[in-house]
Amino acid sequence: MSNAPLTNETVHRVSFLDKASLHIPILRILQADGTTYENAVLPVIDKALAEKIFDTCVFTRVLDERMLGAQRQGRISFYMTCTGEEASIIGSTAALDKDDVILAQYREHASLRYRGFTTEQFMNQMFSNEKDLGKGRQMPIHYGSRELNYQTISSPLATQIPQATGVAYGMKLQGKRNVAICYFGEGAASEGDFHAGLNMAAVLKSPTIFFCRNNGYAISTPTEEQFAGNGIASRGVGYGMHTIRVDGNDMLAVLAATQQARAHALEFNAPVLIEAMTYRLGAHSSSDDPSGYRSKEEEAKWQKHDPVKRFKLWMINKDWLTEADEAKLFERYREEVLAAVKVAEKLPVPKLDEIIEDVLDKPTPALRKQLKELKEHIAKYPKAYPKSAGRL
Amino acid sequence: MAQMNMLHAINEALSIAMTADERMVIFGEDVGHFGGVFRATSGLQEQFGRDRCFNTPLTEQGIAGFANGLASYGMTAVAEIQFADYIFPAFDQIVNESAKFRYRSGNQFDVGGLTFRTPYGGGIAGGHYHSQSPEAYFTQTPGLKVVIPRNPEQAKGLLLASIRDPNPVIFFEPKRLYRASVGEVPAGDYVIELGKAQVIKQGSDITVLAWGAQMEIVEKACERAEKEGISCEIIDLRTIAPWDVETIAKSVTKTGRLLINHEAPLTGGFAGEIAATIQQECFLSLESPISRVCGLDTPYPLVHEKEYMPDELKTFEAIKATVSF
Ligand SMILES: Cc1ncc(C[n+]2csc(CCOP(=O)(O)OP(=O)(O)O)c2C)c(N)n1
Repeated sequence: MSNAPLTNETVHRVSFLDKASLHIPILRILQADGTTYENAVLPVIDKALAEKIFDTCVFTRVLDERMLGAQRQGRISFYMTCTGEEASIIGSTAALDKDDVILAQYREHASLRYRGFTTEQFMNQMFSNEKDLGKGRQMPIHYGSRELNYQTISSPLATQIPQATGVAYGMKLQGKRNVAICYFGEGAASEGDFHAGLNMAAVLKSPTIFFCRNNGYAISTPTEEQFAGNGIASRGVGYGMHTIRVDGNDMLAVLAATQQARAHALEFNAPVLIEAMTYRLGAHSSSDDPSGYRSKEEEAKWQKHDPVKRFKLWMINKDWLTEADEAKLFERYREEVLAAVKVAEKLPVPKLDEIIEDVLDKPTPALRKQLKELKEHIAKYPKAYPKSAGRL
Repeated sequence: MAQMNMLHAINEALSIAMTADERMVIFGEDVGHFGGVFRATSGLQEQFGRDRCFNTPLTEQGIAGFANGLASYGMTAVAEIQFADYIFPAFDQIVNESAKFRYRSGNQFDVGGLTFRTPYGGGIAGGHYHSQSPEAYFTQTPGLKVVIPRNPEQAKGLLLASIRDPNPVIFFEPKRLYRASVGEVPAGDYVIELGKAQVIKQGSDITVLAWGAQMEIVEKACERAEKEGISCEIIDLRTIAPWDVETIAKSVTKTGRLLINHEAPLTGGFAGEIAATIQQECFLSLESPISRVCGLDTPYPLVHEKEYMPDELKTFEAIKATVSF
């Protein structure tokens, strides 16, 4: 059936398609007051799942607030928040199986928390101490956990997208009933890797979920300067995959879409694209100041669509949560995060010997020589290299 | 003359070049209204309009390919790659296309009006994705020029020369010095010739060669060495490709010794190329083996950045060892 015509219809005068030809509705289940739309079909969710989701939301808010503060005090060098995007991130992760592999961009620490990353583990990475699973090699927020099937973050954008296609193809060949999910921003969706990854997934039938957080900005660049078409969703259709656009500030809509995307990916060994329409409420990172490129009014408008609040109201409506429960949870996590900061920042940095490990499976003779010379040099000037000198 | 930092000097160079050449356009991620994440292009969109200074979508491959096309059509294209670490998605467009446009078309087409600007280097606690010094990858590609300035005055003159050079140029900006390096910068339009190293201090015992942000480090190391009675000749290579063999060879013939310092890993780094050439040019004048003080053969680490860096103390020790060989 190769080269079969894609449509049978013929026309006899020139008529072009444009972005409006592609009608892409947006899935919305929760209303602002926490009630659901009349005809809405809810995701599979019970009290325990809702509580776990909400717990992750609160932890993430606390972590973001406290660590941004810690960055401002100079205790860590860098931080990125996911404020405003919790529903996109947590709602999608909550739809997955724990053996599904996550390939994140960098703003998805809530997914890792959902999977069970401990407060100490977050701190160990951010403070680059000897317990950091990444051995103190990358900047704060570049987490990864083999145990939790969360591949380590890499800063170059979009590299994880074709990688996810490969991971999921491996799952298929190994007969696993699992999918790979990859997260990326609408900015990263302009990279060549995005197009390569989607095309390969569709053609090779790789059970991958491509999850785009369309949060309005790539650093200072607004979406109007990022793409001219019908969002990112239109590209999923273009590459021949099932595609859905959801309200990214609606926990239930994201959860429902991802549950069904996963089912579809497994049933048909096919990729799915989800475009979550949301907003980056915070700065791009701790090095950025958004007042240089967007208005306070715009931000205030989006504050009203707070995804955590909307989900909270839904839980309260169901009698699954009270305001007092929420306050207690915030309190508990504030204490927990603060205590963990204090412990983590006192732990020593990884030993210097580790600097040459993991370049290859074994250090080369040249590297061993370089380390030996480095140690001799440090021994000669211990005061100039205080982090390592005491632990040679 | 006015005191300014390196970012300001770069901004001034861009503004002067755009004023003088109405075919010049400047673009990249966040460079438009926002003025770039480091603010090197601040005010240019206001001054020259959105058609000539604009944000691109987030695609280095696209930026480089677009720049090639633009330059092949006679425009002056100045493209910013937000960090040198992210130049690799554009690698194919740069090494296969920019570099070979003229050669493969028998000089019917060229992209001589193209300059890539990109912040490079470490020392800013950036881990391995905000710290790399990738110049050597490009020096092995015939058809490209590679330029790295050491201070604001050099940055302005070398950038103006790069933009006007009839060949594609990659202009690496030492981001550690963007705000830290402040100095006198001549007013108005001036160029510093590409392909010429600069002897910044005369000396008789050893030639110490570096470029970009490492110049500061070798200067400090040489100050220490001078206190121990070693006379250092300090040279800034400035253009890494094509590099100024003559100036280096002349200096080494005089001093009899050479030390090369760069931040990129030792193996395959550009110091190796310089050492091989100078060894051949100056064999009979050399009094000790040519020494290299470089980064380790590991990715750029975060917590052990200080240990990794080819710093002042390591350079000082290597100077002493070379002189007393
Ligand atoms: C290949 C590459 N180019 C540039 C950068 C610098 N950079 C880091 S984040 C970012 C913006 C990303 O925007 P988007 O994908 O929309 O995600 P968001 O930050 O909005 O979540 C840029 C340009 C990078 N990390 N990698």
